[in-house]
Amino acid sequence: MNRSTLISLKTLTWIACLWQVGALVWGAVNNNLGADPTATITFATGLATLRLLTISLAITPLRKLFPRLYWLIKFRRLLGLFAFFYASLHLLTYIALYAGFDVNTMAADIAKRRFITVGVAAWLLLLPLAATSTNWAIRKLGGKRWSRLHKLVYLAAVLGVVHYWWQVKPGVLTPIAMTVILGVLLLARPILDWRQQRRLRMA
Amino acid sequence: MFIGKPPEIPSSAITPKDQYLNRRGFLRGAASAAVVALGAERLAEVLSPRVGAQAGTKLETVKSPLTTSGETLTSVKDITSYNNFYEFGVDKDQPAQNAGRLPTRPWTVRVDGMVKKPKTFDIEALLKLRPLEDRIYRHRCVEAWSMVIPWVGYSLAEFIKQCEPLSSAKYVQFLSYYDKKVEKWASSTSIFWPYSEGLRMDEAMHPLALLTFGLYGEVLPNQNGAPIRIVVPWKYGFKSAKSIVAVRFLDKVPPTTWNDQARSEYGFYSNVNPNVDHPRWSQKTERRIGQPFYAQRRTTLMFNGYGDQVASLYNGMDLRKYF
Repeated sequence: MNRSTLISLKTLTWIACLWQVGALVWGAVNNNLGADPTATITFATGLATLRLLTISLAITPLRKLFPRLYWLIKFRRLLGLFAFFYASLHLLTYIALYAGFDVNTMAADIAKRRFITVGVAAWLLLLPLAATSTNWAIRKLGGKRWSRLHKLVYLAAVLGVVHYWWQVKPGVLTPIAMTVILGVLLLARPILDWRQQRRLRMA
Repeated sequence: MFIGKPPEIPSSAITPKDQYLNRRGFLRGAASAAVVALGAERLAEVLSPRVGAQAGTKLETVKSPLTTSGETLTSVKDITSYNNFYEFGVDKDQPAQNAGRLPTRPWTVRVDGMVKKPKTFDIEALLKLRPLEDRIYRHRCVEAWSMVIPWVGYSLAEFIKQCEPLSSAKYVQFLSYYDKKVEKWASSTSIFWPYSEGLRMDEAMHPLALLTFGLYGEVLPNQNGAPIRIVVPWKYGFKSAKSIVAVRFLDKVPPTTWNDQARSEYGFYSNVNPNVDHPRWSQKTERRIGQPFYAQRRTTLMFNGYGDQVASLYNGMDLRKYF
Protein backbone atom coordinates (compact mmCIF):
# COMPACT_ATOMS: atom_id res chain seq x y z
CA MET A 1 0.00 0.00 0.00
CA ASN A 2 1.44 3.34 -0.99
CA ARG A 3 1.73 6.29 1.31
CA SER A 4 -0.97 8.46 -0.20
CA THR A 5 -3.58 5.65 -0.07
CA LEU A 6 -2.69 5.04 3.54
CA ILE A 7 -3.06 8.72 4.39
CA SER A 8 -6.46 8.87 2.67
CA LEU A 9 -7.67 5.76 4.48
CA LYS A 10 -6.44 7.08 7.81
CA THR A 11 -8.21 10.38 7.21
CA LEU A 12 -11.43 8.49 6.44
CA THR A 13 -11.00 6.43 9.61
CA TRP A 14 -10.60 9.60 11.67
CA ILE A 15 -13.74 11.07 10.14
CA ALA A 16 -15.71 7.86 10.72
CA CYS A 17 -14.53 7.66 14.33
CA LEU A 18 -15.24 11.31 15.07
CA TRP A 19 -18.64 11.22 13.38
CA GLN A 20 -20.57 10.10 16.46
CA VAL A 21 -19.11 12.65 18.84
CA GLY A 22 -19.61 15.33 16.18
CA ALA A 23 -23.26 14.34 15.84
CA LEU A 24 -23.70 14.49 19.63
CA VAL A 25 -22.11 17.94 19.89
CA TRP A 26 -24.21 19.18 16.97
CA GLY A 27 -27.33 17.74 18.59
CA ALA A 28 -26.49 19.29 21.97
CA VAL A 29 -25.91 22.72 20.44
CA ASN A 30 -29.20 22.57 18.54
CA ASN A 31 -31.08 20.91 21.43
CA ASN A 32 -31.89 18.06 19.10
CA LEU A 33 -30.83 14.96 21.04
CA GLY A 34 -34.29 13.44 21.24
CA ALA A 35 -36.76 13.33 24.11
CA ASP A 36 -34.22 12.05 26.64
CA PRO A 37 -30.86 13.66 25.72
CA THR A 38 -29.03 12.13 28.70
CA ALA A 39 -30.05 8.65 27.58
CA THR A 40 -29.15 9.47 23.96
CA ILE A 41 -25.64 10.54 24.92
CA THR A 42 -25.15 7.55 27.21
CA PHE A 43 -26.34 5.02 24.68
CA ALA A 44 -24.50 6.54 21.71
CA THR A 45 -21.12 6.70 23.50
CA GLY A 46 -21.52 3.21 24.95
CA LEU A 47 -22.46 1.68 21.62
CA ALA A 48 -19.61 3.50 19.83
CA THR A 49 -17.17 2.03 22.37
CA LEU A 50 -18.39 -1.53 21.83
CA ARG A 51 -18.46 -1.13 18.06
CA LEU A 52 -14.92 0.25 17.91
CA LEU A 53 -13.60 -2.42 20.28
CA THR A 54 -15.23 -5.09 18.14
CA ILE A 55 -13.82 -3.65 14.91
CA SER A 56 -10.34 -3.44 16.43
CA LEU A 57 -10.65 -7.08 17.50
CA ALA A 58 -11.62 -8.08 13.96
CA ILE A 59 -8.29 -6.96 12.51
CA THR A 60 -6.12 -9.88 13.61
CA PRO A 61 -8.51 -12.63 12.42
CA LEU A 62 -9.00 -10.80 9.12
CA ARG A 63 -5.26 -10.61 8.55
CA LYS A 64 -4.87 -14.29 9.30
CA LEU A 65 -7.69 -15.21 6.95
CA PHE A 66 -6.60 -12.85 4.19
CA PRO A 67 -2.84 -12.30 4.38
CA ARG A 68 -3.07 -9.64 1.68
CA LEU A 69 -4.85 -7.43 4.23
CA TYR A 70 -1.67 -7.27 6.36
CA TRP A 71 -1.82 -3.44 6.23
CA LEU A 72 -4.97 -3.41 8.42
CA ILE A 73 -2.63 -3.53 11.42
CA LYS A 74 -1.78 0.10 10.76
CA PHE A 75 -5.34 1.00 11.83
CA ARG A 76 -5.64 -1.02 14.99
CA ARG A 77 -4.07 1.48 17.39
CA LEU A 78 -6.23 4.29 16.05
CA LEU A 79 -9.42 2.24 16.48
CA GLY A 80 -8.39 1.09 19.94
CA LEU A 81 -7.67 4.63 21.07
CA PHE A 82 -11.00 5.84 19.74
CA ALA A 83 -12.70 3.00 21.64
CA PHE A 84 -11.01 4.32 24.78
CA PHE A 85 -12.04 7.87 23.85
CA TYR A 86 -15.72 6.87 23.64
CA ALA A 87 -15.47 4.73 26.78
CA SER A 88 -14.14 7.80 28.60
CA LEU A 89 -16.96 9.98 27.26
CA HIS A 90 -19.41 7.29 28.38
CA LEU A 91 -17.89 7.26 31.87
CA LEU A 92 -17.88 11.06 31.97
CA THR A 93 -21.57 11.07 31.02
CA TYR A 94 -22.28 8.85 34.00
CA ILE A 95 -20.13 10.98 36.35
CA ALA A 96 -21.68 14.26 35.24
CA LEU A 97 -25.29 13.49 34.26
CA TYR A 98 -26.11 10.56 36.52
CA ALA A 99 -23.91 10.91 39.62
CA GLY A 100 -23.77 14.71 39.42
CA PHE A 101 -20.02 14.56 40.31
CA ASP A 102 -20.98 13.24 43.74
CA VAL A 103 -18.25 10.88 44.98
CA ASN A 104 -20.51 9.13 47.49
CA THR A 105 -23.10 8.35 44.85
CA MET A 106 -20.40 6.94 42.59
CA ALA A 107 -18.87 4.81 45.36
CA ALA A 108 -22.30 3.45 46.29
CA ASP A 109 -23.14 2.72 42.65
CA ILE A 110 -19.87 0.89 42.02
CA ALA A 111 -20.30 -1.18 45.17
CA LYS A 112 -23.98 -1.97 44.71
CA ARG A 113 -24.76 -2.06 41.01
CA ARG A 114 -23.06 -4.81 39.12
CA PHE A 115 -23.56 -3.30 35.67
CA ILE A 116 -21.74 -0.18 36.86
CA THR A 117 -19.07 -2.29 38.57
CA VAL A 118 -18.23 -4.17 35.38
CA GLY A 119 -18.49 -1.01 33.31
CA VAL A 120 -15.94 0.79 35.46
CA ALA A 121 -13.76 -2.35 35.52
CA ALA A 122 -13.79 -2.47 31.72
CA TRP A 123 -12.73 1.18 31.52
CA LEU A 124 -9.95 0.57 34.08
CA LEU A 125 -8.70 -2.32 31.93
CA LEU A 126 -8.58 -0.09 28.86
CA LEU A 127 -6.69 2.64 30.71
CA PRO A 128 -3.23 0.98 30.78
CA LEU A 129 -3.69 -0.08 27.17
CA ALA A 130 -4.31 3.47 26.07
CA ALA A 131 -1.40 4.66 28.23
CA THR A 132 1.01 2.19 26.60
CA SER A 133 -0.11 2.82 23.05
CA THR A 134 2.89 4.93 22.05
CA ASN A 135 5.89 3.56 20.13
CA TRP A 136 8.04 4.65 23.05
CA ALA A 137 6.01 2.51 25.47
CA ILE A 138 6.17 -0.51 23.17
CA ARG A 139 9.97 -0.19 22.97
CA LYS A 140 10.25 0.35 26.69
CA LEU A 141 8.09 -2.67 27.58
CA GLY A 142 9.45 -4.92 24.88
CA GLY A 143 7.16 -6.50 22.29
CA LYS A 144 6.41 -9.64 24.27
CA ARG A 145 5.44 -7.97 27.51
CA TRP A 146 3.54 -5.31 25.60
CA SER A 147 1.43 -7.82 23.72
CA ARG A 148 0.81 -9.84 26.87
CA LEU A 149 -0.46 -6.66 28.58
CA HIS A 150 -2.66 -5.84 25.62
CA LYS A 151 -4.41 -9.20 25.87
CA LEU A 152 -6.47 -7.37 28.52
CA VAL A 153 -8.52 -5.99 25.65
CA TYR A 154 -10.32 -9.34 25.37
CA LEU A 155 -11.42 -9.14 28.99
CA ALA A 156 -12.43 -5.49 28.58
CA ALA A 157 -14.57 -6.32 25.54
CA VAL A 158 -16.26 -9.23 27.32
CA LEU A 159 -16.97 -7.03 30.36
CA GLY A 160 -18.31 -4.36 28.01
CA VAL A 161 -20.85 -6.78 26.57
CA VAL A 162 -21.76 -8.09 30.04
CA HIS A 163 -22.28 -4.45 31.07
CA TYR A 164 -24.68 -4.07 28.13
CA TRP A 165 -26.68 -7.19 29.09
CA TRP A 166 -26.91 -6.20 32.73
CA GLN A 167 -28.13 -2.74 31.81
CA VAL A 168 -31.09 -3.76 29.63
CA LYS A 169 -34.30 -5.05 31.21
CA PRO A 170 -34.51 -8.81 31.72
CA GLY A 171 -36.27 -10.19 28.66
CA VAL A 172 -34.83 -7.62 26.27
CA LEU A 173 -32.48 -9.31 23.82
CA THR A 174 -31.01 -6.31 21.97
CA PRO A 175 -27.37 -7.03 22.95
CA ILE A 176 -27.50 -10.41 21.20
CA ALA A 177 -25.99 -9.18 17.91
CA MET A 178 -22.96 -7.61 19.60
CA THR A 179 -22.53 -10.75 21.73
CA VAL A 180 -22.53 -13.08 18.74
CA ILE A 181 -20.06 -10.92 16.79
CA LEU A 182 -17.68 -10.71 19.75
CA GLY A 183 -18.05 -14.45 20.35
CA VAL A 184 -17.15 -15.22 16.73
CA LEU A 185 -14.14 -12.91 16.87
CA LEU A 186 -12.85 -14.45 20.09
CA LEU A 187 -13.37 -18.01 18.85
CA ALA A 188 -11.76 -17.17 15.51
CA ARG A 189 -8.37 -16.74 17.16
CA PRO A 190 -7.78 -20.30 18.46
CA ILE A 191 -9.43 -21.75 15.35
CA LEU A 192 -7.22 -19.76 12.97
CA ASP A 193 -4.12 -20.55 15.04
CA TRP A 194 -4.95 -24.25 14.94
CA ARG A 195 -5.43 -24.09 11.16
CA GLN A 196 -2.12 -22.32 10.72
CA GLN A 197 -0.27 -24.86 12.87
CA ARG A 198 -1.77 -27.75 10.93
CA ARG A 199 -0.62 -26.16 7.69
CA LEU A 200 2.87 -25.69 9.07
CA ARG A 201 3.03 -29.34 10.12
CA MET A 202 1.83 -30.51 6.75
CA ALA A 203 4.30 -28.32 4.90
CA MET B 1 -26.09 5.79 15.29
CA PHE B 2 -28.85 8.09 16.49
CA ILE B 3 -28.94 10.49 13.57
CA GLY B 4 -32.57 10.76 12.52
CA LYS B 5 -33.86 9.21 9.34
CA PRO B 6 -35.15 11.73 6.79
CA PRO B 7 -38.94 11.81 6.65
CA GLU B 8 -40.22 9.33 4.11
CA ILE B 9 -42.97 11.65 2.88
CA PRO B 10 -42.15 15.20 1.74
CA SER B 11 -44.16 17.68 3.79
CA SER B 12 -45.58 19.10 0.54
CA ALA B 13 -47.34 15.78 -0.02
CA ILE B 14 -49.07 15.72 3.37
CA THR B 15 -52.74 16.66 3.37
CA PRO B 16 -53.39 19.68 5.62
CA LYS B 17 -54.77 18.51 8.96
CA ASP B 18 -58.17 20.24 8.66
CA GLN B 19 -58.82 18.64 5.28
CA TYR B 20 -57.60 15.30 6.57
CA LEU B 21 -59.82 15.48 9.63
CA ASN B 22 -62.72 16.44 7.44
CA ARG B 23 -62.36 13.52 5.05
CA ARG B 24 -65.27 11.78 6.68
CA GLY B 25 -67.32 14.90 6.29
CA PHE B 26 -66.57 14.75 2.60
CA LEU B 27 -67.53 11.10 2.39
CA ARG B 28 -70.61 11.66 4.49
CA GLY B 29 -71.61 14.54 2.20
CA ALA B 30 -71.18 12.32 -0.83
CA ALA B 31 -73.11 9.59 0.91
CA SER B 32 -75.98 11.92 1.83
CA ALA B 33 -76.20 13.08 -1.77
CA ALA B 34 -76.55 9.46 -2.80
CA VAL B 35 -79.20 8.95 -0.15
CA VAL B 36 -81.25 11.87 -1.39
CA ALA B 37 -80.86 10.66 -4.94
CA LEU B 38 -81.99 7.19 -4.03
CA GLY B 39 -84.60 8.34 -1.56
CA ALA B 40 -83.50 5.66 0.89
CA GLU B 41 -82.73 7.11 4.29
CA ARG B 42 -81.51 3.93 5.88
CA LEU B 43 -78.78 3.79 3.28
CA ALA B 44 -77.02 6.58 5.18
CA GLU B 45 -76.11 4.17 7.93
CA VAL B 46 -74.80 1.66 5.39
CA LEU B 47 -72.68 4.11 3.41
CA SER B 48 -71.44 6.09 6.36
CA PRO B 49 -71.43 3.74 9.33
CA ARG B 50 -70.77 4.99 12.83
CA VAL B 51 -67.01 5.13 12.71
CA GLY B 52 -65.17 4.95 16.01
CA ALA B 53 -63.04 7.84 17.11
CA GLN B 54 -59.41 7.52 16.15
CA ALA B 55 -56.19 9.14 17.31
CA GLY B 56 -56.32 12.90 16.88
CA THR B 57 -60.11 13.12 17.24
CA LYS B 58 -61.15 15.77 19.74
CA LEU B 59 -62.87 14.56 22.91
CA GLU B 60 -65.40 16.56 24.89
CA THR B 61 -63.92 17.06 28.34
CA VAL B 62 -64.68 18.72 31.66
CA LYS B 63 -62.33 20.15 34.31
CA SER B 64 -61.27 18.03 37.26
CA PRO B 65 -60.28 18.96 40.83
CA LEU B 66 -57.93 15.95 40.72
CA THR B 67 -55.65 17.49 38.10
CA THR B 68 -52.02 18.35 38.99
CA SER B 69 -51.09 22.01 38.84
CA GLY B 70 -47.79 23.86 38.72
CA GLU B 71 -46.07 21.60 36.18
CA THR B 72 -44.95 22.34 32.64
CA LEU B 73 -46.57 19.89 30.25
CA THR B 74 -44.35 17.59 28.21
CA SER B 75 -44.78 18.23 24.47
CA VAL B 76 -47.18 16.12 22.41
CA LYS B 77 -44.24 15.11 20.24
CA ASP B 78 -42.27 13.69 23.17
CA ILE B 79 -45.31 12.02 24.76
CA THR B 80 -46.20 10.32 21.49
CA SER B 81 -42.72 9.42 20.20
CA TYR B 82 -40.93 8.24 23.34
CA ASN B 83 -42.81 5.17 24.49
CA ASN B 84 -42.38 1.84 26.18
CA PHE B 85 -44.81 -0.51 24.46
CA TYR B 86 -42.72 -3.62 23.90
CA GLU B 87 -45.37 -5.38 21.84
CA PHE B 88 -44.46 -2.85 19.14
CA GLY B 89 -40.68 -2.91 19.67
CA VAL B 90 -38.30 -2.35 22.56
CA ASP B 91 -36.78 0.90 21.28
CA LYS B 92 -38.47 4.08 22.43
CA ASP B 93 -39.26 5.26 18.91
CA GLN B 94 -40.63 1.94 17.67
CA PRO B 95 -44.16 2.08 19.14
CA ALA B 96 -44.83 5.37 17.31
CA GLN B 97 -43.71 3.74 14.06
CA ASN B 98 -45.44 0.40 14.49
CA ALA B 99 -48.54 0.82 16.66
CA GLY B 100 -50.59 2.05 13.70
CA ARG B 101 -51.34 -1.64 13.14
CA LEU B 102 -53.29 -1.88 16.39
CA PRO B 103 -56.99 -2.29 15.46
CA THR B 104 -58.74 0.05 17.92
CA ARG B 105 -62.27 -0.53 16.52
CA PRO B 106 -64.29 -2.56 17.15
CA TRP B 107 -63.02 -2.89 20.74
CA THR B 108 -64.52 -4.52 23.77
CA VAL B 109 -63.39 -5.03 27.36
CA ARG B 110 -64.26 -8.38 28.90
CA VAL B 111 -64.92 -8.40 32.65
CA ASP B 112 -64.78 -11.68 34.51
CA GLY B 113 -63.50 -13.47 37.62
CA MET B 114 -65.09 -12.64 40.95
CA VAL B 115 -67.99 -10.58 39.66
CA LYS B 116 -71.73 -10.93 39.98
CA LYS B 117 -71.86 -11.93 36.33
CA PRO B 118 -69.22 -11.70 33.56
CA LYS B 119 -69.85 -8.82 31.16
CA THR B 120 -68.41 -7.33 28.01
CA PHE B 121 -68.29 -3.56 27.58
CA ASP B 122 -68.09 -1.87 24.20
CA ILE B 123 -65.60 0.98 23.94
CA GLU B 124 -68.32 3.39 22.75
CA ALA B 125 -70.35 2.65 25.87
CA LEU B 126 -67.32 3.13 28.11
CA LEU B 127 -66.59 6.50 26.49
CA LYS B 128 -70.08 7.62 27.48
CA LEU B 129 -70.23 6.07 30.94
CA ARG B 130 -69.02 9.21 32.73
CA PRO B 131 -68.01 12.72 31.62
CA LEU B 132 -64.40 12.67 30.42
CA GLU B 133 -62.11 14.76 32.62
CA ASP B 134 -58.84 16.55 31.85
CA ARG B 135 -56.30 15.26 34.34
CA ILE B 136 -52.72 16.42 34.29
CA TYR B 137 -50.51 13.83 35.99
CA ARG B 138 -46.80 13.41 36.53
CA HIS B 139 -45.66 10.17 34.89
CA ARG B 140 -42.59 8.49 36.40
CA CYS B 141 -41.03 5.55 34.57
CA VAL B 142 -39.13 2.91 36.54
CA GLU B 143 -36.24 3.67 34.17
CA ALA B 144 -35.88 7.03 35.98
CA TRP B 145 -37.32 9.37 33.38
CA SER B 146 -40.49 11.39 33.79
CA MET B 147 -43.08 13.41 31.91
CA VAL B 148 -46.10 15.55 32.69
CA ILE B 149 -49.10 14.36 30.68
CA PRO B 150 -52.59 15.83 30.32
CA TRP B 151 -54.67 12.65 30.22
CA VAL B 152 -58.37 12.39 29.47
CA GLY B 153 -60.58 9.91 31.29
CA TYR B 154 -62.54 9.27 34.44
CA SER B 155 -61.83 7.48 37.70
CA LEU B 156 -61.32 3.75 37.29
CA ALA B 157 -63.62 3.37 40.32
CA GLU B 158 -66.60 4.50 38.20
CA PHE B 159 -65.96 1.63 35.82
CA ILE B 160 -65.32 -0.91 38.58
CA LYS B 161 -68.71 -0.09 40.11
CA GLN B 162 -70.30 -1.09 36.78
CA CYS B 163 -68.37 -4.39 36.90
CA GLU B 164 -70.13 -5.36 40.16
CA PRO B 165 -67.21 -7.21 41.79
CA LEU B 166 -67.98 -9.57 44.66
CA SER B 167 -66.93 -8.46 48.13
CA SER B 168 -64.45 -11.35 48.12
CA ALA B 169 -62.53 -9.74 45.22
CA LYS B 170 -59.32 -8.26 46.62
CA TYR B 171 -57.31 -7.61 43.46
CA VAL B 172 -57.99 -6.55 39.92
CA GLN B 173 -55.97 -7.66 36.91
CA PHE B 174 -55.71 -5.82 33.58
CA LEU B 175 -54.81 -7.69 30.43
CA SER B 176 -53.55 -5.92 27.34
CA TYR B 177 -54.34 -6.67 23.73
CA TYR B 178 -52.07 -9.29 22.24
CA ASP B 179 -51.95 -10.67 18.74
CA LYS B 180 -48.56 -11.90 17.69
CA LYS B 181 -49.40 -11.33 14.04
CA VAL B 182 -50.14 -7.66 14.70
CA GLU B 183 -47.49 -7.20 17.40
CA LYS B 184 -44.75 -9.22 15.75
CA TRP B 185 -42.08 -7.29 17.68
CA ALA B 186 -43.21 -8.88 20.94
CA SER B 187 -41.53 -12.14 20.00
CA SER B 188 -38.10 -10.46 19.83
CA THR B 189 -38.19 -10.50 23.64
CA SER B 190 -38.36 -13.45 26.03
CA ILE B 191 -41.35 -11.92 27.83
CA PHE B 192 -44.53 -13.93 28.33
CA TRP B 193 -47.45 -12.17 26.62
CA PRO B 194 -50.12 -10.80 26.92
CA TYR B 195 -49.02 -7.94 29.13
CA SER B 196 -50.64 -8.23 32.53
CA GLU B 197 -50.83 -5.73 35.36
CA GLY B 198 -52.78 -5.49 38.56
CA LEU B 199 -53.80 -3.40 41.55
CA ARG B 200 -55.13 -4.06 44.99
CA MET B 201 -58.86 -3.26 45.09
CA ASP B 202 -58.46 -0.19 47.30
CA GLU B 203 -55.76 1.15 44.99
CA ALA B 204 -57.94 0.60 41.94
CA MET B 205 -60.86 2.33 43.68
CA HIS B 206 -58.76 5.40 44.55
CA PRO B 207 -60.12 8.39 42.62
CA LEU B 208 -56.67 9.24 41.21
CA ALA B 209 -56.51 5.89 39.37
CA LEU B 210 -57.70 6.86 35.91
CA LEU B 211 -59.44 4.92 33.18
CA THR B 212 -57.92 6.75 30.27
CA PHE B 213 -59.15 7.36 26.72
CA GLY B 214 -57.15 10.35 25.56
CA LEU B 215 -54.38 12.88 26.03
CA TYR B 216 -54.12 16.56 25.19
CA GLY B 217 -57.90 16.59 24.71
CA GLU B 218 -57.78 14.06 21.88
CA VAL B 219 -58.23 10.30 21.46
CA LEU B 220 -55.15 8.36 22.62
CA PRO B 221 -52.58 7.72 19.90
CA ASN B 222 -52.12 3.95 19.54
CA GLN B 223 -48.58 4.02 20.94
CA ASN B 224 -49.95 5.53 24.16
CA GLY B 225 -52.30 2.62 24.75
CA ALA B 226 -55.38 3.26 22.59
CA PRO B 227 -58.25 2.95 22.84
CA ILE B 228 -58.40 2.43 26.62
CA ARG B 229 -55.72 2.19 29.28
CA ILE B 230 -55.09 2.57 32.98
CA VAL B 231 -53.07 5.43 34.50
CA VAL B 232 -51.92 5.13 38.12
CA PRO B 233 -49.91 8.30 38.70
CA TRP B 234 -48.30 7.36 42.04
CA LYS B 235 -46.80 4.15 40.65
CA TYR B 236 -44.07 3.50 38.11
CA GLY B 237 -45.33 3.72 34.55
CA PHE B 238 -45.33 -0.01 33.83
CA LYS B 239 -48.18 -0.47 36.34
CA SER B 240 -50.39 1.55 33.97
CA ALA B 241 -51.37 -1.13 31.45
CA LYS B 242 -52.15 -0.10 27.88
CA SER B 243 -54.78 -1.20 25.35
CA ILE B 244 -56.90 -3.12 27.86
CA VAL B 245 -59.05 -5.99 26.57
CA ALA B 246 -59.87 -7.77 29.82
CA VAL B 247 -60.36 -6.92 33.48
CA ARG B 248 -60.41 -9.76 35.98
CA PHE B 249 -61.33 -9.64 39.67
CA LEU B 250 -59.43 -12.01 41.95
CA ASP B 251 -58.96 -12.85 45.63
CA LYS B 252 -55.17 -13.20 45.26
CA VAL B 253 -52.33 -11.22 43.72
CA PRO B 254 -52.54 -11.60 39.94
CA PRO B 255 -49.42 -12.52 37.96
CA THR B 256 -47.98 -9.31 36.49
CA THR B 257 -45.57 -9.10 33.57
CA TRP B 258 -42.51 -7.33 34.96
CA ASN B 259 -42.84 -8.89 38.39
CA ASP B 260 -42.76 -12.32 36.73
CA GLN B 261 -39.83 -11.23 34.60
CA ALA B 262 -37.66 -10.05 37.52
CA ARG B 263 -39.16 -10.26 40.99
CA SER B 264 -36.26 -8.47 42.68
CA GLU B 265 -36.45 -5.51 40.31
CA TYR B 266 -40.16 -4.85 39.79
CA GLY B 267 -42.36 -5.33 42.83
CA PHE B 268 -46.12 -5.85 42.63
CA TYR B 269 -46.75 -2.48 44.30
CA SER B 270 -44.07 -0.47 42.50
CA ASN B 271 -45.07 2.78 44.14
CA VAL B 272 -42.75 5.61 43.14
CA ASN B 273 -40.32 5.67 46.06
CA PRO B 274 -37.04 7.61 46.04
CA ASN B 275 -35.87 5.65 49.10
CA VAL B 276 -36.03 2.22 47.51
CA ASP B 277 -33.52 1.85 44.70
CA HIS B 278 -34.00 -0.35 41.72
CA PRO B 279 -31.20 -2.93 42.13
CA ARG B 280 -29.51 -1.53 39.04
CA TRP B 281 -30.00 2.19 39.49
CA SER B 282 -30.96 4.83 42.02
CA GLN B 283 -34.55 6.06 42.13
CA LYS B 284 -33.66 9.20 44.10
CA THR B 285 -33.68 11.37 41.01
CA GLU B 286 -35.22 11.33 37.57
CA ARG B 287 -34.65 12.82 34.11
CA ARG B 288 -37.44 15.07 32.90
CA ILE B 289 -38.13 14.37 29.23
CA GLY B 290 -37.84 17.25 26.77
CA GLN B 291 -35.28 19.26 28.75
CA PRO B 292 -31.70 19.92 27.58
CA PHE B 293 -29.20 17.34 28.90
CA TYR B 294 -27.81 19.64 31.58
CA ALA B 295 -31.26 20.49 32.98
CA GLN B 296 -32.99 17.10 33.01
CA ARG B 297 -32.09 15.89 36.49
CA ARG B 298 -34.65 16.48 39.28
CA THR B 299 -35.54 14.97 42.63
CA THR B 300 -38.07 12.13 42.65
CA LEU B 301 -40.98 12.67 45.04
CA MET B 302 -42.45 9.99 47.31
CA PHE B 303 -45.53 8.51 45.62
CA ASN B 304 -44.57 10.74 42.68
CA GLY B 305 -45.84 13.74 44.64
CA TYR B 306 -49.29 12.23 45.32
CA GLY B 307 -48.50 11.15 48.90
CA ASP B 308 -51.12 13.44 50.46
CA GLN B 309 -53.81 11.56 48.56
CA VAL B 310 -52.51 7.98 48.54
CA ALA B 311 -50.09 7.41 51.45
CA SER B 312 -52.94 6.24 53.69
CA LEU B 313 -53.47 3.23 51.39
CA TYR B 314 -50.18 1.87 52.72
CA ASN B 315 -50.46 2.65 56.43
CA GLY B 316 -48.50 0.16 58.46
CA MET B 317 -46.87 -1.45 55.42
CA ASP B 318 -43.11 -1.80 55.14
CA LEU B 319 -42.58 -0.18 51.74
CA ARG B 320 -39.04 -1.58 51.54
CA LYS B 321 -40.42 -5.09 51.73
CA TYR B 322 -43.51 -4.40 49.64
CA PHE B 323 -41.70 -2.27 47.06
